[in-house]
Amino acid sequence: MAKNRIKNNHGISSKLSTPIMLSVILVLVGYFIWWLNIPFVQDIYTSAAITLVMVLGFQIFNGNSGILSWSYVGFVGIGAFSSAIFSMTPQMKSMQMPEMYPFLVNIHVPFVVALILGAIVAAIIAAVVAWPMMKISDDAGAITQFALLIVIHVILAQWSKVTNGPRTFTLGGQTLTTIWVAMISGVVVLFIAYFFKESSLGLKLRATRDDRYAACSSGIDMVKTRYLSYIFSAAIGGFAGGLYSHYILSINASAFYMTLLFNLLSMAVIGGKMSVSGAFFGTILLTLARQGLRQIEPVLTNMGVNASGSTEIIVAVLMIVFLVFRANGIMDRYELSPSSLKSLFSRKKKAEKKSA
Amino acid sequence: MSLSIVIEFIINVLSMGSLYALIALGLVIVYGICKLINFAYGEYITAAAYLLVFCAGLSLPWWVAFVLAILGGALIGFLSELIAYRPFRGRSLDALLVTSFGISIILQRVFQVFISPRPKAVNLPAFMSATISLFGITTPLRNIIVIITTAVLLLVLLYIMQKTPLGIAMRAAAENFTTARLMGVNANLVISTAFIISGFLAGFVCLFWVARTGSVEPTLGASPLLIGFIAVVVGGMNSLPGAVVGGYLYALVANVLSLALPTSLLSYRDAIMFVIVICFLVLKPEGLIRGNYQEERVG
Repeated sequence: MAKNRIKNNHGISSKLSTPIMLSVILVLVGYFIWWLNIPFVQDIYTSAAITLVMVLGFQIFNGNSGILSWSYVGFVGIGAFSSAIFSMTPQMKSMQMPEMYPFLVNIHVPFVVALILGAIVAAIIAAVVAWPMMKISDDAGAITQFALLIVIHVILAQWSKVTNGPRTFTLGGQTLTTIWVAMISGVVVLFIAYFFKESSLGLKLRATRDDRYAACSSGIDMVKTRYLSYIFSAAIGGFAGGLYSHYILSINASAFYMTLLFNLLSMAVIGGKMSVSGAFFGTILLTLARQGLRQIEPVLTNMGVNASGSTEIIVAVLMIVFLVFRANGIMDRYELSPSSLKSLFSRKKKAEKKSA
Repeated sequence: MSLSIVIEFIINVLSMGSLYALIALGLVIVYGICKLINFAYGEYITAAAYLLVFCAGLSLPWWVAFVLAILGGALIGFLSELIAYRPFRGRSLDALLVTSFGISIILQRVFQVFISPRPKAVNLPAFMSATISLFGITTPLRNIIVIITTAVLLLVLLYIMQKTPLGIAMRAAAENFTTARLMGVNANLVISTAFIISGFLAGFVCLFWVARTGSVEPTLGASPLLIGFIAVVVGGMNSLPGAVVGGYLYALVANVLSLALPTSLLSYRDAIMFVIVICFLVLKPEGLIRGNYQEERVG
């Protein structure tokens, strides 16, 4: 059975080609940057790879279901805090956070286990709260998601005994999310996001996005499909949060709120949120654009213009321009693969022939 | 519980509720017609507040500053529709939502870059901070002013919506936009009017909001926006009376929670309010007052 299915899909190579091509780009660039050995550039690459994991987790639910999942960044925050609590040593925790619950202080597990536990915590919380919310679509759905984000944010920002409350949560120690950890995570999650999209669950979810009523009448249990995908997306978000907190080393609940949401949203929208390749190229493009603009900001500030924040203005304008002229982003619903590249070139040739 | 505490509680609820009702009305009047959740609404309030600061800098009389702030709010409402939302008319809800979020971010950063990232103090006339004695209790005079202003505004709005041709056209557009257009209602006029009224209300909200906080900062609009969301969802997303009821109800619940919650839980008040919102959306999505609610849910 399985063999037949693979054959029908033009062989296994074409099925794998998208994540392989994207991973090769990610790894080659990463290797080159590691070889260059410029700390500043390595930092940019590492944070870009972490952002890529976040955007891919966002794409899993947001892109395939068509529901704007505001609450996603809340789960990134949950993963960031919980994995940090799991990985820190008891001494460090009692020193930094004297108010913390004693049973949390005593937990200590290796970094990789902490990352996975962070993902599991995010998934469990998503599983507990999400079921009734998955019934609601459109505007009401968006407001529900928004409300959930605020609830998570208030709890993260106030629960002193777990997250150190409104104060900064300092991890201490060394950066555990190195350039290699970020790169490998990026590759793994690229494959996960692609296989999710192509899996039966992902296919059902995309069907509910494209035509809710047709999907339901074809026997798809929409609420269940959305529910499982949402939990999956929250788990990847929690994992990404863990990577982020072990990279940045001091976190605060406000890091997982509107600004982060806007960053992820702009990347997904400009790249094309319906495709994994879109999330990939959106992340790369926006990271480069932001870094470039951020280099200009201090220059302007030196000239006497207060420019901090102008990056966001330009990115937001760019996003809206994209929404007007190419609403589905650069990649639309296409993926990077040898056949899509081929058809792109042949289309260009045809167009040239026609004009000639 | 003595009588004076009860009266004080009632005045607090009524004054907060009046303000929240205005906020919610500004949101719902646009939502009803365009089905747009306008995230930039909070920034209309901020913009009007900055205009107030600017007028105070020119040492204009207070009533000129007030009128200019209110008109400024209406102007920015009109302009934002014309420039940003018009290209998206008839597009997917998702695109509209992302756009309004983007506009909100842009305006916030514009205030931050071109005005100041730090709070600016607002000079308001003395009567906005004066207190009066009423039924044996002392309360800020602005609490009474906001109750009266809201009552007058609601009556005017009621008259416009019920009696004038424009108001009737707007109600028809909120019921069913396509049919209203087939009957000769001018879409641009109706939508622009909705945004102007929304901005106009934002101007009034800014006066009383700033009187409470005393300063303006780029993120001023965030809290009124959240309050508006809660009131709108609780009252009913598609009904103007619902928004007013939601505003007063929110003030009632918030005041009761402030009294009833132990201090350790008080900082979670917003979380509790939004849990209520989620419950409403899940269990009673049409809100307390049912408008022409178009149900979009499966399962």
